[in-house]
Amino acid sequence: MIHKANIRPAWVVLVLLLLFTLAFTLVKTSDSSTPKTVQPEQEKPTIIDLSKFKNAAENESCLKCHGQSKYTYENPESKKTVTKRMYTELVLDRNVFYVSNHREFKCTDCHSEDYSTFPHAGNLRMEAKANCIDCHGGDEKYAKFKFEQIESEFQASVHSEKHSQDFTCWMCHNAHTYKINARTNENLKETITYDNLICLNCHGDVKNYQLLTNKTKPNILQKHEWLPNQASHFTNVRCIECHAKNEDTLVVAHHVVSKSQAVRKCESCHSKNSILYASLYKYKVSEKIQKEGIILGLLTGDATSIGPDKSNTLNIISLVIFGFTLLVIIIHAVFRIKKLN
Amino acid sequence: MNHHTEPLYLYPIWIRIWHMTNALLCLVLIITGLSIQFSNPETVVKFNAAVSAHNVAGIILTISYAVFFIGNLFTPNGASYVIPVKGFLIRLKKQFIYYTVGIFQRQDPPFPVTEESKFNPLQQVTYVVLMYGFVPFVILSGWGLLYPEITLNSFIGFSGLDLTDLLHITAGFVISIIMCVHVYFCTIGKKPLSNFKSMINGYHESH
Repeated sequence: MIHKANIRPAWVVLVLLLLFTLAFTLVKTSDSSTPKTVQPEQEKPTIIDLSKFKNAAENESCLKCHGQSKYTYENPESKKTVTKRMYTELVLDRNVFYVSNHREFKCTDCHSEDYSTFPHAGNLRMEAKANCIDCHGGDEKYAKFKFEQIESEFQASVHSEKHSQDFTCWMCHNAHTYKINARTNENLKETITYDNLICLNCHGDVKNYQLLTNKTKPNILQKHEWLPNQASHFTNVRCIECHAKNEDTLVVAHHVVSKSQAVRKCESCHSKNSILYASLYKYKVSEKIQKEGIILGLLTGDATSIGPDKSNTLNIISLVIFGFTLLVIIIHAVFRIKKLN
Repeated sequence: MNHHTEPLYLYPIWIRIWHMTNALLCLVLIITGLSIQFSNPETVVKFNAAVSAHNVAGIILTISYAVFFIGNLFTPNGASYVIPVKGFLIRLKKQFIYYTVGIFQRQDPPFPVTEESKFNPLQQVTYVVLMYGFVPFVILSGWGLLYPEITLNSFIGFSGLDLTDLLHITAGFVISIIMCVHVYFCTIGKKPLSNFKSMINGYHESH
């Protein structure tokens, strides 16, 4: 018998739904874990304790001019003090340099000793800039970063092929400010944003883009209009994931390919053999597993690509449950047919 | 046809249309869901086609669920989903024993279908858990995946999107299992196909 006095479950669910919506809205509006955007480098008051760096005092003789946007000198002929603007690209922010990977270097480790005289000799501006491989090549200490592979990938990339000598490591990595990121940053989203900003520095800024080409800069948003959930893809996937040949051995792929070779098929990422599980994501997941153990590492891994099964264990469990259900049904059916006939 | 028991008109037209829509949508959602879950370049249904079909079917399912939900708030059909608490476990056990033992001894079902109670205790508890638990959950989490920006970025240390994904596929899996059992149990009627006919013509044939 139906007890008319009882409450229909639909009403209960309706109330629960309303409560859920309320709670969700409250949590969502106070959600503090929104990924932080990487702050653009900007001038900040010096907070770096220069006494901590062994070459800082010596470097100050350069940075007293190159550490700021203007420099002052005494004109020996007019005896007047002259203040001039420093070219933006010649300014080095101490706050950025002294947290960068090359912070322990002396300016003259890489630049000519002749810079110690002012005004600098004109021919010094012909000085060649060292590329990564010039110092890091063939060094055991840096073997794990695979600079040789990076160099050969870069040489094969469209960046190197199309722009020849003009395109050097410096286009994306300024040795004064470069700071290791993909391997050390625990926040995957920050790494993604960091890596993508490197691309956007030229591909999102016509001034830099046209330094290397006379072509009109394509509109990135329009070119990627076909991509579903564009915003989500842009914040969760690195440009190089689709625009470079990813090898398992490199965390950051450098073999950037032409747009005709870029990945366009959904299942290239959204599949069991996702290309995302090469490079960064593979590295992050294995790091996480080392730190947190297999179960927690896999469950909390935030390398998200919706769809493809990530957990083999869950697949096996579901297959066993499904098989067991089918088995019970078959046994039940067989007995029914047997007994009833 | 056995004429000594009058067929009961149990399933009004809106229920039958809803049930048929629901069944078709579930099939589409299971097939496309599996294609997405086990996506690889060789799957029968291509990933983007599967995603589009899954999204469309999910949206229609939301509408169809709303019809069911509102219908059960205001029509007599909703009364079938009310579980009388008193003595429920005993009745559940009775039904369970019937399915595991009694049915093979040609016993009569302990809770025959009547106009007042069209579900036996086991059906009642399954349908309530399914229709008021898993189905609304799978719909909500599905919308969360359709619009990832509304999903929480993180939840107790988990990535919100990953967790939603995991719970969505788990709920989908449970629903699929229940659906398999449901289809099998439907063969336990007057004749193996009687209950399927009932859901087409609306009349229930008693044992």
